[in-house]
This record gives sequence, structure tokens and C-alpha cells, in this order.
Amino acid sequence: MNRREAIGRVGLILGGTIIGADYFLSGCKSTSKKVNELFDQDNVAFFNEVGETILPATNTPGAKAANIGNFMALMVQDCYTPADQKIFVKGISDLDEASNKKFGKKFMEADAKQRTELLTDLDAEQKAYTKTKKPEDPNHYFRMMKELTLLGFFTSEVGATKALRYVAVPGHYDGCIPYKKGDKAWAT
Amino acid sequence: MANLNIDSIKDRTFDAIVIGSGMSGGWAAKEFTGKGLKTLMLERGRDVKHIKDYPTTNMYPWEFEHRGEMPMALQEANPIVNRCYAFHEDAAHFFVKDKEHPYVQDKPFDWIRGYQVGGKSLLWARQTQRWSDFDFEGPARDGFAVDWPIRYQDIAPWYSYVEKFAGISGNKDGLDELPDGDFLPAFPLNSVEQYFSKHVKGKYGRHVISARCAHLSKPNQIHLDQGRVQCQERILCQRGCPFGGYFSANASTIPWALKSGHLTLRPHSVVQSIIYDETKGKATGVRIVDTNTKETIEYFARIIFVNAAALNTNLVLLNSTSHRFPNGLGNDSGVLGKYVAFHNYSAHISAEYDDFKEWTTDGRNPAGGGYIPRFRNLRKQETDFLRGYASGFSAYRGQNRSWDGVGSSLKENLVKDDLGPWSVGSHMMGETIPKEASYVALDAKQKDDWGVPLLKISMDYDDNDAKMKKDYIDQLTEMFTSAGFANIKASSDHRAPGLDIHEMGGARMGNDPKTSVLNKWNQLHAVNNVFVTDGACMTSTSCQNPSLTYMALTARAVDYAVGEMNKGNI
Repeated sequence: MNRREAIGRVGLILGGTIIGADYFLSGCKSTSKKVNELFDQDNVAFFNEVGETILPATNTPGAKAANIGNFMALMVQDCYTPADQKIFVKGISDLDEASNKKFGKKFMEADAKQRTELLTDLDAEQKAYTKTKKPEDPNHYFRMMKELTLLGFFTSEVGATKALRYVAVPGHYDGCIPYKKGDKAWAT
Repeated sequence: MANLNIDSIKDRTFDAIVIGSGMSGGWAAKEFTGKGLKTLMLERGRDVKHIKDYPTTNMYPWEFEHRGEMPMALQEANPIVNRCYAFHEDAAHFFVKDKEHPYVQDKPFDWIRGYQVGGKSLLWARQTQRWSDFDFEGPARDGFAVDWPIRYQDIAPWYSYVEKFAGISGNKDGLDELPDGDFLPAFPLNSVEQYFSKHVKGKYGRHVISARCAHLSKPNQIHLDQGRVQCQERILCQRGCPFGGYFSANASTIPWALKSGHLTLRPHSVVQSIIYDETKGKATGVRIVDTNTKETIEYFARIIFVNAAALNTNLVLLNSTSHRFPNGLGNDSGVLGKYVAFHNYSAHISAEYDDFKEWTTDGRNPAGGGYIPRFRNLRKQETDFLRGYASGFSAYRGQNRSWDGVGSSLKENLVKDDLGPWSVGSHMMGETIPKEASYVALDAKQKDDWGVPLLKISMDYDDNDAKMKKDYIDQLTEMFTSAGFANIKASSDHRAPGLDIHEMGGARMGNDPKTSVLNKWNQLHAVNNVFVTDGACMTSTSCQNPSLTYMALTARAVDYAVGEMNKGNI
């Protein structure tokens, strides 16, 4: 899978330009163990729950089974612009604030039903915001979280092979076959 | 200079030296060694052995740390190569990074390079079409550049020769403008590509054919003998193919040449210059720098083939100065480095088609879909611009998807199989006109780590290109509209020349030594034991992909050179 295919899969654009991530170093005061310059293990656990709420385990594994938290932490550090990194890092507290406002508790303390309700609201919020935003306006943090969840899950082993269908070596190409709606879409 | 004793000179003497190991250099080595000549192949980069040195070839998508995305720091450090469509996490190790090998952009030029054994033959898009006399007669008919010293009949048997060995899939379409070859079975068009083909043939007399490509759709014994097997339709070609499913120097010509026992392959060897002997009136060898030891070493041979890739071949010749050739080897005409050109890939068009929904495809098409041969100004001049363009054409079906919401309903929406309408797309491949004002030259001051002057590059789009692009957009829009496609979107990007990776010319072929560098055998007019058979030799660019023509010209030139050597003329 290449970048264009990966983006085609989630239908969203990642990235922009980057400089350094240095000035985030001092921003994180948690005692939890660092996973990289931007995030610690508590953040990863948080991302895993956000990801699992976006793409939960059903009859197939969910985003947590794809270690989506680690993937988000890595991608934001390595592939995001400093501006987007800043929005994403602040998004953690923004999301908690929204949860507090709605349920009087932080996201991690909310139950599954409340989490889904909250993230459904935030998804509607980001969709409305993105629709009218100008290219130079900042991105919405929840759009980034959703985007990374989708990209990371559907390119993961469980996402590609369990949730979707994946074949590494097709071994043939047929240009014209009758279309019969299948159970699952192809991963690549 | 180390070890200047007789034995050492003997050890460093070959029948033939080939500078470069890519698309054309691999062919030169195969042909020389096949004729029993002791051959030295020089490559400036590292060795890349077939399969063994393809580190990503069998990786799953989830085994890439960033799932194919390039980290920002790498993108930031490589603005030029990052613009190349194939520069991703799975193949970045085969591309030259911007800072490794600087050059001077007198005008913006995205120079995409692969400095390793096999060169860009590992990375190419594998499209292979013959040229016709509409191409070879182009400059003479339309009054630009100089007349090609060859015609289709001169090269036709050599196209067949290289096609049989490389393995080219395609249909015999019977088109004057795109002569048929010795093909393996074509990869099929899908239902919408077939529909469009039928439609434009009926309405316009234009053609949409299965793209011809260097993939083994059904290998013959000669391919199995190379250790290559049938293309498995993975479409991960840029990683290097463990099946040898597509043609690369690494999978095909180089191992073949090595098997002969006559080839010495020397990676890490930057060629500084070709050594010219004033008394003999010939080139006697090549001066290299070993990039590991920084040692300067000379190698000697009766025949020298320059296949360093178009612009670097110009660099080697320009830097090979002597009393006899103060402005570069064989440069009596003064045109060396001039009349460089490229292909115009800067326009695209997309649309949707809401029919044939009972059909789909299975697997992945290595040919990429359809190819529309040039139809403009073909048999006569009919527009206010010269020459024309070929076009890609492909159709595919994406999933009907809703991205709204979160939770199990979102997941269900994203994993279910529910194909939407067909998306169709085309991209332009335009011929550009080589001009005296377009050049590559040596920088007067700056040198690279090996003492070779940096190359200055200057070429740009012109008014002819702008008019041609407009015509491509107009014509394809009309063809799409009349085919019933909807939501048609044409786009024009502002890419610099170079991203097409079809730079050509600078040491052009021609009949007249006063206006060209090479004769009809790709031999320097002024130095009869030096030949150039890569993109530098091209008198004009046509709009076909050029690699197949480089292969055929190379095999033809080696045959001629060895014949001349045997007659005692070289």
C-alpha cells in the first residue's frame, strides 16, 4: 500500500509541512512513561479507547486490537506538522472538557454508551466545522483522531484481514467479471 | 594513481566498458558478454542483487511503520524527490535523496535518480511502446531539431529482439502509429475501458488499446531461463519483484551477463571522464573514483558505451576534455548538452460513469488499463501547435461509503462490499520540442565529492506545450462527454520538467557532424569507439515511453560496434 492508496482508503488528507516537534517536549507533565517526544502511555491508552469507540469490536476485532493508540502517537509525532501536532495534543484535553461538560466526568471515566454519544457529537461538530473551514484555518482535532483511527485500523493486520479481505498475491487479473455483492470489501 | 605496473594495467583492461547499469547499460553488458567480449560495467551507486537486495518486497502493509506514509522530516529534507509518485516508505531506499547529489537548477527541474545497480529500471512504470515513422520523421516534417538518421525499418528488428527477451505484453492492434511487436498476451481492458474504446473508435476513429507493458503475462522459455516467472499481479513493482514479473536490469540483463562469465560488475565507481588519446584519435578508457576508497583508477577498453542515464551521460562527455576536445568529448558541433527535452505530464482528467454496474474486475492490472496512442497532427499538421500527445485511460470502481458517525454503524459502512459507480481517469503524455536554449552544462565553480563539476539544468515548458495541453483537455473532455461520463474534472498542475522522468537529448543522433553528436549507429561522429545509447542520444522525444527504444538502440549499436571491431575499424 502506498500513500495515495492509504489516503484513498480513509478519503482524507494527512499532513502538510513539518519543522520540529521540540517545543512540545516541555508541555507534558504526566508521570506516565513516555512513548515518544509527544506522548506517554496514558495518552496511548486514551487513544486506544477513542479508537475503539470509533471502530469497536463487533463480530470482528476493533481498533484497540490493532494497537491504534500506538499508531496514533507514532503518526502524529512523525508525520504531522507542528501546527497539527499542537492541535492534536490539545485535543486530548479538549475531548475531556467536552466529556466533562456533557457527563460531568472525563472521557476515560465515561461508559461505552456515553463515549459513543460524545464522539458522535464531536464527529458532527468536526464535519460541520470542516465543511466551512478555509484551507488556512486549523484542522479539527477530532477529525485527526478519526482519520488516524480509520487509516491505522484498515491497514493493520486485523483490520485488513479480519474486518476486510486481503490478498497479498492475486496471481491473476480479470478485467470483466459479474459483480456479486460480497460480505466484505477488499483492503487493497 | 596506484599500481602503474604492466600487470595492473592488464588487469584493468577489458574489451568493452559500459558506464551505467540501468535500462540501457544492462542491455549493453548482456550483448557484449553474449558476443564473448570481456566487459566491465561501472555503476556509481551500490550493488542491488535481484531478490536479495529488495528489503521490502514481501512486506505486508502493516509491517511498514508509517503504513507507507513518508515521515515529515524526510519529506521536508527531500522536497524534490518527494514529489515523485513512487517515493514512499516501501521504495524510498532506491531513490537519490536531494542532499546526496546536488545539482544546479538554472530553471526548476525535478531530477529523479536511482543511483544503484539497475538504476531506474527497478522503479520504472514499465510502459513499452514502439516508435513509428510518424516519430522518426517528425523533426524533418515539422522543421525542428535535426532529422533522425534512422527510420522505423532500421530499428524494427531490434525492437523484436529486445521484446522477446524482456517480455512485453500487448495486443497486435494493427496501428501505423504504434507498430505491433513480439508480444506476450495483453492484460485485458475492463468493461468500461472496453466501452470507451469502442465508443471513441466509432465516433472519432481514435484508439484505446490495452497498455503494452514489460510484464510476463505468460512467460516463454527464454524468461524462465532468466529465472523469471509469471507476473503475480501484486503491483508492488517499485520494491523490486521477487518473481522477476517485470523487466529490470537486476532481474534480467545483468544476471544474464554475469552468467556468461565475461562480466565484471564494479559498483561504487563514479566516472570522472573518458580518457582520450590524441595520437591514436580514440578513447582508450575511463577514469573513475572509487566512492569507498576515494582512489582514482583508470580502466581501459577498445569500446566504450556511455549509459549513465540521459543527463549524467551529458555530464560525463562534457567533463571529458582534452586538447582535441576542449568542450567535451566528441563536441565538435558545439551542440553537446543542448536540445534536451522531456515529456509533458502536467494535465489530468477524471469523471464518473454510472453504467456497467453489473460488472467489476478481479485482481490488479499491472498494465494500468488503457493507452490512447497519439491522434493529433499524426498524418498531417492540423492544429496551431506542433506534434501531439498520448494519453492513459483507466476505469475502476470504488466503494459507496459513508464516513459519518462513529461506532458499529460506521464500521459496518466501511467494511461492507457495496461498489459505487465507475471512476474514470486519463493523464497526458505530451511530446516537447528540443530547443537550443534548453541545455545541461557544467557549473564553472561547484564540484561534487568526487571532483566532478555539478550539472546545471535548464529546460522549461513553452507556448507549444501550453497549446498542446489545452488541446488535450479539450479533446479528452469532449471524448468523455460524448461517452456519457459525468462530473468531468480536468486539472492542470504546475510541475517542473523532470517529474515525467523522461529527460532526453543533449548528445543527439543526426546525419551531419556539424549539428549532431552521434551518427546513425549511436557512435560519436568524432570518436569512433565511443557510443551513447541511453536517453542522451534522442533527437526528438515523441510521446511514447522511451525505454523500449533505448533497449533496441543499445542492442543494435553493440552489434554494429562488435562488427566494426572484428573488421579492425575500431
